[in-house]
Amino acid sequence: MKIGYFTERPYRWLPEEEILKNHAFFAVSNRLYDRDKAADDYNYYLDENCYAEELGFDLVALNEHHGNPFCMGSVMNVEAAILAKMTKRVKIVLIGNPLPVIKHPLRMAEELAEIDLISRGRLITGWVRGAGSEQFFNNANPAYNREMFNEAHDFIVQAWTRPGPWRYEGKHFHYRHVNPWALPYQKPHPPMWIPGVISPETVKWCAEHRYPYIGLGTMLGPTCDLWDYYADEAAKQGYQASSENFGYLIPTVVAETEDKANAIAENFVYGGGQNAFSAPEYTMPPGYNSKAAIRALAKQPTGSWLGVSGEKMQQHMHDGETPAVDYKEVHRKLVAGLDKVKRNYQVIAGTPKTVIPKIKAILNILRPGVFIMFSVQGPVSNEDRKASMRLFAQEVMPALHEHAKAIDLRDPFQRTPGSVALSAGVSRAPVSDRSPLKELGLR
Amino acid sequence: MTNWTLETVKAAGGADLAMIKGGSGKPLLIFHDELGFPGWMTWNETLAHERTLLIPLQPGFGKTSRIDWIMNYRDLGGFFSQVLREMRLDPIDVIGFSAGGFIAAEMVAADPKIFSHMVLVAPMGIKPVQGEIMDMFALTIRHHLRATVADPEGTPEFAKIYGGQMTPEQFEAFEDARSETARIGWEPYMHDPSLPYLLRGVKTPTLLVWGTRDRVVPRGCIDAYKNVLTGAVVAQVEGAGHRPEIENSVEFERVVRNFLAA
Repeated sequence: MKIGYFTERPYRWLPEEEILKNHAFFAVSNRLYDRDKAADDYNYYLDENCYAEELGFDLVALNEHHGNPFCMGSVMNVEAAILAKMTKRVKIVLIGNPLPVIKHPLRMAEELAEIDLISRGRLITGWVRGAGSEQFFNNANPAYNREMFNEAHDFIVQAWTRPGPWRYEGKHFHYRHVNPWALPYQKPHPPMWIPGVISPETVKWCAEHRYPYIGLGTMLGPTCDLWDYYADEAAKQGYQASSENFGYLIPTVVAETEDKANAIAENFVYGGGQNAFSAPEYTMPPGYNSKAAIRALAKQPTGSWLGVSGEKMQQHMHDGETPAVDYKEVHRKLVAGLDKVKRNYQVIAGTPKTVIPKIKAILNILRPGVFIMFSVQGPVSNEDRKASMRLFAQEVMPALHEHAKAIDLRDPFQRTPGSVALSAGVSRAPVSDRSPLKELGLR
Repeated sequence: MTNWTLETVKAAGGADLAMIKGGSGKPLLIFHDELGFPGWMTWNETLAHERTLLIPLQPGFGKTSRIDWIMNYRDLGGFFSQVLREMRLDPIDVIGFSAGGFIAAEMVAADPKIFSHMVLVAPMGIKPVQGEIMDMFALTIRHHLRATVADPEGTPEFAKIYGGQMTPEQFEAFEDARSETARIGWEPYMHDPSLPYLLRGVKTPTLLVWGTRDRVVPRGCIDAYKNVLTGAVVAQVEGAGHRPEIENSVEFERVVRNFLAA
């Protein structure tokens, strides 16, 4: 199993009240932007990723969001390019580039090829559709999001593998002269891992392409459902899905004491946390979700990654006038809600001693080949962030590696995803183990 | 109460076009707005006493399947022009509401003889000379719906469109309409920069209707249309919002009937 480090690179200098007043991170005015502090933090986060390499993480993962203090990675490829030069060993995982939002797949193919070349083949590139709010920020037509995603992906693979020059006349993209003089270091191209939350179409697409699917903090029971769906689709493609096809990323904080870990973990709900990523009108732009996804949302009533939830859908349908808000009370409720989130294994916080069994339980249930620690959000000091990373790497990670070996969790480098053939008529093997869920009080 | 039916018309290129048909008399084509056909209202009933109302349900809005090659309002106008020719209905009188007005304007720009009378109610389609067309996609569905009338609580027929609690089925229907509208109208947002140039010289008798408290389409859109359709008549409905046909149906019916009879 590979273990990775991930941070949203939060903008840490925004008073919580500003986010609560806006009911979301997205659309908080950039009049509050402090250029000096941002400059410090861009540099700090790059150093932090180098520190992850130094501590022994196998991967550092980056992502991208637009117009949102929740995540400072507005142009992730810039950071990836710098890390390609600053680091020596660690793999750089992009989860991922929002293809329909960028709207320029040829440029994307060139940028990623350069990163792969500079890093000498350490790039793992992933694709996303872009959050709902990003469709507004980039004026990307949400009704064509899926079509543009598929077309851009197919084009990039061609641009990397088909000798040029050639001409491309697609539906959404058109190029007169495709012949990039920056081709990836890895042949035929870098591995692709796809992060996801709820969309069944994405899961199916991943299985069809034999790309590992990275669950982004989804609840354990529904994640088992997603895994099963992937494995069923994989079986249709004639292969047995296994740990190399799955990754899982979960908010994690480790500290010297339980109290300190819990206090730091409160920052996962700073300003409302994931649920306050964007207001309902920006979370679900028209045409962005398929009917199947909307129906799946209705069954997932509470918040999940980036606040995409049935709750948001209900607000779309029934929201009324906004009442006056007592921000201290809102904060208190958010922190109180965190206990439930922790009980549900949606946030892991504690000392190394208490964190290890929790993550082992996750590994037993989901059997991922990739586990990614999602570092804390909110205004947490550099020292506390680094202490959490250090304790995780030095005291938790060895135990996880050992456990993964014991339960045979192979990563995508140990066994190529999609390489285990499944004969027609043979039932597929299970890809998760739900039996511990009940004992943990989960479904 | 007039009987109206939902029929399926074999339309241009083999598409099955769902169409509401009701009333008697000379045909009157109606293009519903970007949220879809809201139901048979008082103004439909009144006009149906003297005209046969033909209300095609826009492709992609649920009842009629999405047609992939239609990628903008000009394509959609071209599609409906083909339908009219195949049904031998042109020239015909038309009323277009909001984005439905955009469709009618695209059709008349391509074929100035396709309509004998044209009523555009708070039409989108041309960039307003002042103000902005409200960004309905950046609103929750409920806020969008409520913004279409000046006084939701004081507009009894508004309850027919949105009567309080929205069911998942209603949500899906509105989502269908908003998705298809986004697909063909996202950028440039609900207008076509060349439309005003193509409308120059069109002599079709035109009535532009606008509610003085319209929050969706600013008066600047009416002025932009009036700049190119120089013979157009403007009828303002005092105090109404974006749906004068239900907010003040008496006044709406009066101005429309007078215009169509002229």
